Amino acid sequence: MTLDKVLSGLFPSGHDVKANAAGIIIGTAKRKQGEAIAVIGVANGAALGTAGALPLAQEVLRVVAKGGDIPILVLVDTQGQLMARRDEMRGLNEYLAHLAKCLLLASQQGHRTIGLEYGKAAAGAFLATALATDFLIGLPGAEPAVMDLPSMSRVTKLPIDKLKELATTTPVFAPGLDHMAQMGAVAEIWDPHKPLDEQLEQALKKASPVDTRDELGAQRKGRPMAAKVAKKVIAEATGRRDNVASA
Amino acid sequence: MLTLKFNHAAKRRLAGKQTTAIIGVVASGNLEVLLERLLPGANCEIEIATPVTGYDATWKAVIDEFVERFSPGGLRISINDGGARPDTVFLRLMQGCALMENV
Amino acid sequence: MENAAIYARAGWFQATARQRVAGLLDPNSFTEFLGPSERIQSPHLHLFDLPSAFDDGVVIGRGKLDGNDVLVAAQEGQFMGGTFAEVSGAKIVGLVRAARDHKELPQTVLLLLDSGGVRLQEANAGELVVAELMRAIVQARSAGVAVIALVGGKAGAFGGAGLTAATCSRIAVSEQGRIAVSGPEVIETNKGVEEFDSKNKALVWSTDGGKNRRLIGGADAFAEDSMEGFRAAAIALLAKVPAFNLKTMQAEQERLAARQKKFGACDDAVSMWRVLGIKDPEAIRDMDGWDFAALASSIKEANHDAR
Repeated sequence: MTLDKVLSGLFPSGHDVKANAAGIIIGTAKRKQGEAIAVIGVANGAALGTAGALPLAQEVLRVVAKGGDIPILVLVDTQGQLMARRDEMRGLNEYLAHLAKCLLLASQQGHRTIGLEYGKAAAGAFLATALATDFLIGLPGAEPAVMDLPSMSRVTKLPIDKLKELATTTPVFAPGLDHMAQMGAVAEIWDPHKPLDEQLEQALKKASPVDTRDELGAQRKGRPMAAKVAKKVIAEATGRRDNVASA
Repeated sequence: MLTLKFNHAAKRRLAGKQTTAIIGVVASGNLEVLLERLLPGANCEIEIATPVTGYDATWKAVIDEFVERFSPGGLRISINDGGARPDTVFLRLMQGCALMENV
Repeated sequence: MENAAIYARAGWFQATARQRVAGLLDPNSFTEFLGPSERIQSPHLHLFDLPSAFDDGVVIGRGKLDGNDVLVAAQEGQFMGGTFAEVSGAKIVGLVRAARDHKELPQTVLLLLDSGGVRLQEANAGELVVAELMRAIVQARSAGVAVIALVGGKAGAFGGAGLTAATCSRIAVSEQGRIAVSGPEVIETNKGVEEFDSKNKALVWSTDGGKNRRLIGGADAFAEDSMEGFRAAAIALLAKVPAFNLKTMQAEQERLAARQKKFGACDDAVSMWRVLGIKDPEAIRDMDGWDFAALASSIKEANHDAR
């Protein structure tokens, strides 16, 4: 779906949401019953660098500073972090983490955050945006990826055919919305033929600052161990002891 | 991945008080050895997980010599191999025993 | 553990995760959680014919740092590049959640990061666990937990590890420690050698390395490459940790916007350092650790609570 279709589907009553030339989305929209919702994001498959992260974070902080509980929608169609020596030199990691922290702050301060990926979503930009929300939705056609298969093949030195074959037996590494849903990252995949505004209302009801993605990943059999391991750590930390000599 | 298992009756139990020790890292040319004082008497079990096939005889020779020289009786030894050479394997096994002999 | 004095001068860069934990903490104070005997390993690596580690490359537990109770997580950079994966990441997430939810546990978490990012063979699980970790760190910080990143290993803190570092309350880095999102080789492969010559060591070091991070405010302490060096840096950082709240995030917004403006015309790190007011920026590279740390303490941009 194009950004315009996503926006008109989500906000038939109106919005002032725009993407600028760099693909940075900022605006406000009206929900189904008329309440306001803040909208930020990355459009047109743009890469997210230091310059883009700043205004997005600023908008989140503006919403938080205002008080109240206006929710924030994060729309995502990004090719990933900007690959530029100068951005790295200036500490791109801090800029991307700052955006994620602002979204996490908003969640903590009572603003429900909803991520909606409708295009690409990759690596560092994925972490700074979609993965920093309370509830992440995918629209069919979205292509979340940590790394594309050809690059993965190059780095791991595994033939791409072998990777493709493995990808049919496990959702743990290959790109794809279904894989992300199975892992617990994507809470739900929407039906684009049903009204998006109503689906948004339902999502807002389900969103919460409590992170249950690992439990979801276990239920959906995408991550058999993550939730169990985290719980076991807590149990051992608060309970019994083991001693191991090592060097 | 290949798993190899060896059982030995060592000459005596390994001295020392440590119940568990770990040494080494799973990396190219390296290996990780976990030692646990779990077995009765002077029995010794060694289990190896390795991605490199075709070296069964070499592993057996290294383990045989290690057991003969260091008598790791009572130990269950588990190895995750990253493709280490026999001398590195031997070194880690020795280092592991030294840790287990701590009081 | 053996004689701590032997380890004090030992290098951090070359050490294993276990050696770092032993060298960092007070002697004989460490208790491991989910240790190697429990064999909580990766369920995925065998699919790729890759060996697993008994602890999936992460050592977690509790101990004492100069008498203070701390929780510790150390990544083994030599195993699969110290990467975040289903199990390795869940161990760290569990540790941070434990501190967050249980006030009777140490309220300081030391993260010894040594990671190239997400483990590709478990890419989706790895990416997701970084997101879970970042959320857990923020929640823990809000509950008063100090989360301190120590970066100085061979793998550095790239990708998800770079974002994780910048989510922590404080960061200590050594000269050898590198912090970034995309690695130089990846940038070169994607954008060409003109964008980033990854074989130019001086360029890599000045872009991603510890001295640059410290000077521009991307790290809060500079550590000598030794156990004693990181111990001293960690102890110093424990003393004052910024709260995580709106005020801190607004201050960080200002700090990062100012940095963007200040260095907008800079083509390389040396020119950024010149803009910072450093008289002889070319000398930074060979400057000795003590002199460098002293210089960094005098730079306004390097010393802030906006994280």
